[in-house]
Amino acid sequence: MSWDIKSIKKWKVADHPVGSTIPVGGNALEYKTGGWRSEQPHWLEDRCTHCMICWIFCPDSSIQVKDGKMLGIDYDHCKGCGICATECPKDAIHMEEEEK
Amino acid sequence: MPKTVALTGNSACAQAMRQINPDVVAAYPITPQTTIVEEFSTFVAKGLVDTEYVTVESEHSAMSACVGASAAGSRVMTTTSSQGLALMWEVLYIASALRLPIVMHNVNRTLSGPINIHCDHQDSMGARDSGWIQIFCEDAQEAYDTTIQAIRIAEDNRVRLPVMICFDGFIISHAIDRLDLLDDEVVKKFVGDFEPLISLLDTEKPVTVGPFDGLYGYFFEFRRAQELATLGSLPVIAEVGKEFGEVSGRHYGLFEPYKLEDAELAVVVMGSTAGTAKFVVDQLRENGVAAGVLKIRSYRPFPAREIAEALSGVKAIAAMDRSLAPGAIGAPVFQEIRSALYDNSARVPVIDYIYGLGGRDVPPAHIEKVFSHLAQIAKSGKIDQVVNYLGLKE
Repeated sequence: MSWDIKSIKKWKVADHPVGSTIPVGGNALEYKTGGWRSEQPHWLEDRCTHCMICWIFCPDSSIQVKDGKMLGIDYDHCKGCGICATECPKDAIHMEEEEK
Repeated sequence: MPKTVALTGNSACAQAMRQINPDVVAAYPITPQTTIVEEFSTFVAKGLVDTEYVTVESEHSAMSACVGASAAGSRVMTTTSSQGLALMWEVLYIASALRLPIVMHNVNRTLSGPINIHCDHQDSMGARDSGWIQIFCEDAQEAYDTTIQAIRIAEDNRVRLPVMICFDGFIISHAIDRLDLLDDEVVKKFVGDFEPLISLLDTEKPVTVGPFDGLYGYFFEFRRAQELATLGSLPVIAEVGKEFGEVSGRHYGLFEPYKLEDAELAVVVMGSTAGTAKFVVDQLRENGVAAGVLKIRSYRPFPAREIAEALSGVKAIAAMDRSLAPGAIGAPVFQEIRSALYDNSARVPVIDYIYGLGGRDVPPAHIEKVFSHLAQIAKSGKIDQVVNYLGLKE
């Protein structure tokens, strides 16, 4: 089943599904929560050993990984909680104030 | 063959639950509801039902477990009373908003304080805007019959809303009454199999239940859709009541008019007091008084148009309220009735009688007093006092 919410702001009473149940799973990807951030994580690639501890701890699946290597941070969904920076054993992630 | 038995209202409802055989029951005991869950849990222990019985630590947890189980695709029932319903309050709104067809008995008991375990309707009134369908019952037979009908109403695709079956604590719940039970097979066939719209456990068809309306702002439209579903349940309640009549011989509508057709004086009432009012009407009729009763069955949704029509020919009406609404103009039934009648072309005088709070007895003499007051109003065309108290020491 598809779930297209591009025009949801124009939906009328009868357009909403029963009980507001979304008929698909995994749709959090479409909901960009990066705007909630007040601090931004910065990845220092030269210090990173690709141990994946940040990937395990990130509550928002915002550590981008391919073939066992860290690629960067998904700023569309990272809420800036800082868990990755706290847990990193190599001090390879630093938190900085979000630019306005 | 239907079986005639002598049971308390609570035992009758426990029997209905056994016959319905719900997938999940999550409940917490509270007076006067306790014996329903007590008896039902013995059915579970004896293996007479397939129900997963969840013992919880509070009513808030009971309703939360019901919400989870219903969203997982189960047929879910629970029961409560009074403070228990009050503790469920925030979760009641979640259940109706998610459009989960949970069926619950609320055995009417007042709300503290001071602590009182006896009957009035203030607990149900606290939940009247929670989006649940509320059906009030007059006796054990109606409580049993309505339990079976409630499954069909809640699960109808035009409705998909939770249903609260309200009946008077002790007066109905604990008094032994004569009633007819349907055969197990008849009930099984009448309620049918539950076909859930969604199931959180179906990994082939994943869904997101209870999403956050953070930034999109669809809440208003969603709530209106829920209201439309509530209003749309009126014909379904009537249809199910009629179909139940075909299998049981006991027909049910949205309300019950009793000798109302040619009545000049009418009392509008919910719950067990309707029986007392009918008894008084029979006596008054023998003395030539054109008295009648309108017993409300579906309180939410409120069949305003139909009730206004049924009362259009009378000369004076008393709404009977087994609750108080401090600071309001009369109590909820009165407010509803007077508002429903406002659109009728002829203005009929309506008064409120607040009665029976905290289990205060309502003997026939009290109802006679209401009818004499109505006769006086019908004669003079003037209302001396809008809000009145029956059986109050003042």
